[in-house]
Amino acid sequence: MTSQEMASPLVGGAPDQFTTAALGATRASADTKSATFMGWRRENGRVGVRNHVVLLPLDDLSNAACEAVANTIKGTMALPHAYGRLQFGEDLNVFFRTLIGIGSNPNVAAVVVIGIEDQWTNRIVEGIAKTGKPVVGFGIEGHGDIATIAKASYQAKRFVQWATELPREECPISDLWISTKCGESDTTTGLSSCPTVGNLYDKLIPQGIYGVFGETSEITGAEHLCRERAATPEVADKWYKMWKAYQDDVIEAHKTDDLSDSQPTKGNILGGLSTIEEKALGNLEKIGHDSHYIDALEPAEAPAKGPGLYYMDTSSAAAECVTLMAAAGYVVHTFPTGQGNVIGNPIVPVIKITGNPRTVRTMGEHIDVDVSGVLTREMTIPQAGDALIDMVVRTANGRLTAAESLGHREFVMTKLYRSA
Amino acid sequence: MSSHATPGENRTKPHLLAHSPRDNVAVAVIEGLSADTAAFGVITEDDSTFEVHVRHDIPIGHKVALVDLKAGDTAIKYGQDIGKIVKDVARGEHVHVQNLKTKRW
Repeated sequence: MTSQEMASPLVGGAPDQFTTAALGATRASADTKSATFMGWRRENGRVGVRNHVVLLPLDDLSNAACEAVANTIKGTMALPHAYGRLQFGEDLNVFFRTLIGIGSNPNVAAVVVIGIEDQWTNRIVEGIAKTGKPVVGFGIEGHGDIATIAKASYQAKRFVQWATELPREECPISDLWISTKCGESDTTTGLSSCPTVGNLYDKLIPQGIYGVFGETSEITGAEHLCRERAATPEVADKWYKMWKAYQDDVIEAHKTDDLSDSQPTKGNILGGLSTIEEKALGNLEKIGHDSHYIDALEPAEAPAKGPGLYYMDTSSAAAECVTLMAAAGYVVHTFPTGQGNVIGNPIVPVIKITGNPRTVRTMGEHIDVDVSGVLTREMTIPQAGDALIDMVVRTANGRLTAAESLGHREFVMTKLYRSA
Repeated sequence: MSSHATPGENRTKPHLLAHSPRDNVAVAVIEGLSADTAAFGVITEDDSTFEVHVRHDIPIGHKVALVDLKAGDTAIKYGQDIGKIVKDVARGEHVHVQNLKTKRW
């Protein structure tokens, strides 16, 4: 590193300026068919790229106990969130699916669940136990926080010492489940970073990975194109009903005067996006040219039709969407950004890709893959896709993403309606 | 030098990119594209080139009209409808929320 490069420590700097020469000698993109990564194969056969021991609160009331355990037992992580009380119906189903899904994700080695009472706590424990991974639950009522924290701490310590001895093994790239969602989009995302993800899917879906995209409100303006990308007319109809239901039941029911005050967002508009149609067309570039989605999933629903591309009915808000995809079992997330969204997720590495040279310059510490060369025509989309594939594999092998190293752990529940 | 694209190793860095030959707007992809520049553009779908005299300062990521557009016209990008022009805008002028609105919502 030259002194020139060290000169401005407070300026973001280009991503990857410290690439380790010892790693990455073989580029995964050079031969995607035989590419491998070092992951943890879990009890149910799924492969994780992280090895977290998680303190999972059933509800908002149990955040404090989970955080106390995580502060005491090093190498564990609490996942505080805002909900879990007096939810009912489909909203409660989404809530349980999300919590059980997060605990079941192969990036998680073992889970300690803490809830205010035993019954719903056990429902989460039993749901996660179906994966075969170690999971234990504790109810606070009748014991209080301090006794619960003590019991949960002994258990968390046993889990973390067990998990940290688990070996990684070499796994084919087809074991990766890779999700995508973009944020703080601008016109550069549709020109560069979104088609970069599309190119990754065009290259890796044929190798047998699972993919997923979502953002129901942000398909508006490109719904005719999205509908055509369904694998069968039945899937197309299922997808269209999801999209239409959001338009009718949420947007039409709740809009005031002009939704364009929030969609496109203020950041989108600053970046040059003028309308939802323009935003949607750029957004859809993420699914590439070749793949057809084989199912339209409910929020946090695990894909069950085998390898391929899926659609998930999600919010377009970054943390909600990434949390739902993590709950469905995806282990790496690819996140194109234009103006510079800083989101991360506690259990899934979120890889940021940008083509906006100003964002690379002003907030480069948040960017994992710089594809600004696409705008200057010095980099092709296939080259950008290769750079992303290489970063996905390096991340799977253990490289912390920008969001992970900066401590971004946004864990946000999707709430369908008010609690009882 | 600002009036023309920067050549380099048989490549030319564009000021503007359009997606499709059908597009009537293009995106500024360099910082500091100023008014009164003869901007050089590329259409990514077929690598064809175009020039347009830019009449406003255009921030990176913002759009320029490639033809004279009248209120009521449809703005085309990606070869697709991205909304309606609500105020006349001349070739080379800035196209954004002041003259382009969604047809939805």
